[in-house]
Amino acid sequence: MTADNNTTVRGQAALLDIANLDTDQIMPKQFLRGIDKSGLAPGLLYDLRFDGTGQPRPDFVLNQPAFAGTDVLLAGSNYGCGSSREHAVWGMQQYGFKAVVASSFGEIFYSNAMNNRLLLAMVSEPDAQAFMQEARTTTGPLTMEIDVEQRQVRTAGNSAPFTISERHRRMFLDGLDVIGASLTYQDQINAFAERHWAAQPWVKDVARLTRDRLGA
Amino acid sequence: MTMTIPTTLYQKLVASHTVAVLDEQNVLLFCDLHLMNEYTSPQAFAGLHEAGRGVPVPGQNVAVVSHIIPTHPVRWRTIQDPPSALQARNLKANCDRHGIPLFDTNDPLQGIEHVIAPEHGMVRPGMVIICGDSHTTTYGALGALGFGIGTSEVEHVLATQTLVYRLAKDMRIRVDGTLPTGTTAKDLILMVISRIGAQGARGYVVEFCGSAISALSVEARFTLCNMAVEAGARGALIAPDATAIDYVLAKAPDIAGDMRAQALAHWATLRSDDGAAFAVEHVFDASAVAPFVTWGTSPDQAMAINATVPRPEDITDAVQRSSAEQALRYTALTGGQPLAGVPVQHVFIGSCTNARIEDLREVDRIVGSRHVANGVRAMVVPGSGAVKAQAEAEGIAARLVAAGFEWRQPGCSMCLAMNDDVLAPGQRCASTTNRNFEGRQGRGAITHLMSPAMAAAAAITGCITDVRTLEVTA
Repeated sequence: MTADNNTTVRGQAALLDIANLDTDQIMPKQFLRGIDKSGLAPGLLYDLRFDGTGQPRPDFVLNQPAFAGTDVLLAGSNYGCGSSREHAVWGMQQYGFKAVVASSFGEIFYSNAMNNRLLLAMVSEPDAQAFMQEARTTTGPLTMEIDVEQRQVRTAGNSAPFTISERHRRMFLDGLDVIGASLTYQDQINAFAERHWAAQPWVKDVARLTRDRLGA
Repeated sequence: MTMTIPTTLYQKLVASHTVAVLDEQNVLLFCDLHLMNEYTSPQAFAGLHEAGRGVPVPGQNVAVVSHIIPTHPVRWRTIQDPPSALQARNLKANCDRHGIPLFDTNDPLQGIEHVIAPEHGMVRPGMVIICGDSHTTTYGALGALGFGIGTSEVEHVLATQTLVYRLAKDMRIRVDGTLPTGTTAKDLILMVISRIGAQGARGYVVEFCGSAISALSVEARFTLCNMAVEAGARGALIAPDATAIDYVLAKAPDIAGDMRAQALAHWATLRSDDGAAFAVEHVFDASAVAPFVTWGTSPDQAMAINATVPRPEDITDAVQRSSAEQALRYTALTGGQPLAGVPVQHVFIGSCTNARIEDLREVDRIVGSRHVANGVRAMVVPGSGAVKAQAEAEGIAARLVAAGFEWRQPGCSMCLAMNDDVLAPGQRCASTTNRNFEGRQGRGAITHLMSPAMAAAAAITGCITDVRTLEVTA
């Protein structure tokens, strides 16, 4: 992976042509027991990478020596659907992934990735198929270039635009502190809350009032 | 005279919670209630502490130990797994530090997040409710906009009581007609997902409407909205009617007097205007619903019990064909075969989809005086301490135990198998849960999603069975 002026990600891509690959498979349950974000790389795609005895499956793409330096995933549609677990994103990054190219992504996974600067390049379904076909006919990993400035994915044989909102593009390029930015609205949040609770007093402190009513 | 553009319920809920418009696609959204669990919140608290930030509105947040908790039928629960025990201790420490209400491991009211929040009146029409759990869509059943968020967003909500929210598109799913005997909201939502696909509602908030939806109980509506996320939906809504409002008022005694009148007036406005535009509309006929069961490894790979498993060679779409081939390899089924008669080794009745009192009553009704089949392990994990106590008071627990079911403590349990309720490789499970993903209930284990009635039928017969073929008295 190299970055040109921090606006282009160039990497070695592996093809994982599975539609609806859910976050349970990306990061299985047994790796969700921590209270910090560390130690997730071994769990990435665990059941696909390892057999029932914990041995690497030699036929799985990421286990092949030529793919040892993979840092881009070319994935099937609706990648990252299912559970909200952000561990799926953290695990991909800890394994070494910088970007995922697919025709669509699970909605919560998408937000989680953007919040961690894991680049998701959403291309059209025909373009995704073209990249996949190219990956299948390429020996070893497919070199992919994701130009965030131009919103373009390029390979030796294909070039296609990808969708990313301006906000998410800036978050990737600039590393925005989202909470810090939202806290600049603190006065507006406070004023909103006062108006909101005056108009709908039954939504204020509901959790606290309920817990008190039920007894601690 | 002023002309107003008709708006959808979803648009009204967003507008009434928008603190600031950030750009064309994003708003700063005020959140009325934030639920947390022990495994998606620790890193959020850690980030908060690292940045030196606090929780300005602790009373709008609530936490519960739900995912990692063991469900063995013991009075005092001890979490044996050290990392899981640390997660529970850590959650309590974080809640104590910030004054956040908690339902801890041995709280008699502990349970699954999406069961305890509405059953104690915390979910109210018109609210925005978020949680680090994808099944937060459940709350749309009461006209609240609920959706799942990631841990970075959990931290954001803790620090600001708001969320940077990407706007969704509007979809309406109308279901008219009457659900036939032997079918439930679970069968309806499995049918809908199988028709529109696992990403059929991706990017949309779905509003359910129609006579079949109006006829559903609130608990059935929870089941429906809960699983909308399995079609990729970013939220699910049902406009609050008398059924929903009666439920809320019965659970929320603090809404009384003048406030009650004020609330009723506000809730009456929580509906899509006539003529409001939906980007996509689907229409289904409830009378065409049959008991549905999944055959594959994605919730949209589902079929009516009287149909046959699809043959991959008949599927024209290449991606779907390859998914079906892989799914059938995993589930050890063959295209063209019926599901009825396929033996199961395990039956699981539980989860935020189907572990409420009505679900357990239905299981009890189907089982009657029969017994769990030889060689089948059947577990009932009530959704909460309150559900469990209610079922015990009604005699359901005693009858199910006599019938050979295990009667467990509440929790998420084998829905995602994060605790010690894990299936062995190759075991086939009739499950009332929401996800049949590969490995979800245990590596190599096979999950068939179905209704509580169908799971009860499988428990009795030892194989996947059309509940309509069983004799049921009462």
